[in-house]
Amino acid sequence: MNSAAFAVIAIFTVAAALAAATLPQLMHAALSFAIAFVGVAAFFFLLGAEFVGLALVFIYIGAVAVLIVFTILLTRRDVEKVRGFNWGGAIVAGAVFGGLTWSILKTQSLAIVAPHMPALTVKRIGAALMTTYVWPLQCVGLLLTAALIGALILVLEEKR
Amino acid sequence: MTATLQAFLVVSAALFSIGLLAALSRRHAIFILIGIEMMLAAANLNFIAFWRFGPQHQPPIGVMVALFSIAVAAAEAAVGLAMVIAVYRHYHTTDVDQLNQLRG
Repeated sequence: MNSAAFAVIAIFTVAAALAAATLPQLMHAALSFAIAFVGVAAFFFLLGAEFVGLALVFIYIGAVAVLIVFTILLTRRDVEKVRGFNWGGAIVAGAVFGGLTWSILKTQSLAIVAPHMPALTVKRIGAALMTTYVWPLQCVGLLLTAALIGALILVLEEKR
Repeated sequence: MTATLQAFLVVSAALFSIGLLAALSRRHAIFILIGIEMMLAAANLNFIAFWRFGPQHQPPIGVMVALFSIAVAAAEAAVGLAMVIAVYRHYHTTDVDQLNQLRG
């Protein structure tokens, strides 16, 4: 696993995520959010999980980012106002990051390099989804249908 | 020199903290959803990293959990954004500090 590629993707992802969290304009933040997910998908490609990376690109950049942009446009009248920034949240997030990093770097059993691995083909993923994981797969299908119906009911016009 | 598991976990911790920052310190409801999605992405990155660096099983458990987690996150985003639109229709604001009708 190339460490130069890792460094480039890491800086790209963290910078885009920071921009998504701190930019004052909501639309800029939504586009930075999509760019951050490009970085996460690149991590998945680097780790050899190409199918999950592609699914992430399709779902997050193709669907969720578009959904967020549509929501921003539908609630536009409210967007223009200047927003406050709560610095308590920054302190909590910094403390969480410090604690996590400290415990990760202290655990010596995590300082390992990737073992050799046979390529993960889509055929293997499909076979696992249709045999071992067929019950969770059906549950996820039911959950997505319920979420679709629920989202539609939530945005129906209110009766006066 | 190759990247170790620790490097991936530190990047994942950074993504999680940035998501937490967005969810805690912004007042706009859409920012809170963006932060939650980012924390879920950090969890997915952890699943894939532990799968890649751990012993190889048949079937690939880490990849399967990440796939199901992405599906659940997509459902959560759809319902959350629908709730933002419904709240905006009712209160004409998406500022979570002004949604204090239930305050005692």
